[in-house]
Amino acid sequence: MAFLRFNGIRVAGVAACVPEHVEPTVSTSTAYDREAYMATTGIIEKRWSNEFTASDLCQAAAEKLLEELSWERDSIDVLIFISQTPDYILPATSCVLHGKLGFRKGCMCQDISLGCSGWVYGVTTAMSLLQSGVGMRRAIVLSGDARKAAYEEPDQLFGYAGTATAIEFDPDAVTSPIYSEVGTDGTGYDAIIRPQGGTRNPIDEHTFDLVECEDGRMRHGMQTRMKGMDVFAFGITTAPKSIKQLAKTAGFDYQDYDYFLFHQANRKMNEVIRTKLKLPEDKVPYSMTYFGNTSSASIPLTLVTQLRDKLTGTCARLIGCGFGVGLSWGTIAFEADHIVVPELIEL
Amino acid sequence: MELQEFIANFAAQMDETDPSEITASTAFHDLEEWSSLSALSIIAMVDEEYDVTLRGDDMKNAVTVEDLFNTVKSKL
Repeated sequence: MAFLRFNGIRVAGVAACVPEHVEPTVSTSTAYDREAYMATTGIIEKRWSNEFTASDLCQAAAEKLLEELSWERDSIDVLIFISQTPDYILPATSCVLHGKLGFRKGCMCQDISLGCSGWVYGVTTAMSLLQSGVGMRRAIVLSGDARKAAYEEPDQLFGYAGTATAIEFDPDAVTSPIYSEVGTDGTGYDAIIRPQGGTRNPIDEHTFDLVECEDGRMRHGMQTRMKGMDVFAFGITTAPKSIKQLAKTAGFDYQDYDYFLFHQANRKMNEVIRTKLKLPEDKVPYSMTYFGNTSSASIPLTLVTQLRDKLTGTCARLIGCGFGVGLSWGTIAFEADHIVVPELIEL
Repeated sequence: MELQEFIANFAAQMDETDPSEITASTAFHDLEEWSSLSALSIIAMVDEEYDVTLRGDDMKNAVTVEDLFNTVKSKL
């Protein structure tokens, strides 16, 4: 296992931005109706728009967060952008965002290509960089996905969102340690895949031919497909194991934590995970009901939309756990001590 | 693990199908209410009851309930 411990580091704030447009759940299959689909996924509606990229949503979240934190833009040492819907194949979207946000030239920028586990990976990476940096203090982690319809049909499961998380290092600060456990099972690389458009299968004249996928739906080579049952089985086994492993290694009882922010995969999967961990419902907030599965934005979006009032002006112990495409997972345990959480931004 | 117990656990995951319709020889993919969503319920049940992780291919390759029982048994 990859286990990390951080001292003197705190999560200073979290912001999230979604498109204004609400897309209700409809049935797109003859195999089950809207009600059955909603009962399993727990998704009533989601935010969808063809107007914004993931970086647009993240930028708005970052600007609001910096403003409410009163952080000067030239004080940011690290910018990480986590997404599987970057603006371009190259350059890295973090570089594009660096320019738009007006950060200073001494700022380290990098993209991370991950989905459901991405927020935990991004935050873990940012904390590692600050801890090993010389005089580096502040990082902004941006995560989210917005699949513009040039590529994807408005999917029933996925909503669009961009988020920003502010992390600060102060070697003299008295903070509780932050623990993180991350891992990978690359043998499942094709469990969720957009097969064409990279160098393995470059775009050619057949890229946009529709072919029948495992679930009976027609998709072209630039659309994402998923082995739903494999991903489901992966999620319900890996997430509980990861949390238990982290707690064991760090030496705490996970039941002592106040809230569990799970990647918002679908309600059925998340409820199995919650039950396996014997967690009460009120410790496990859901944002998927109105925002769908929002990929690497799901954990911070759940924090903003479901816990904002509860976290304001107080200290709470949180566990975030993401699992999915890769296959990849990560769990992080941290204290949200008087963190700044701006109201949800809608574009 | 017992076949009869597995059949009962399987039947309990079905919402509309009468439990008496589920037997060892039932070709479950042909059940009227069967869908990819039911498959998730079965995967979750097998995980909980038998601590066995079924993959999508395991679900697809099994024709009858007994086939699936044998798959689970082989993974115990």
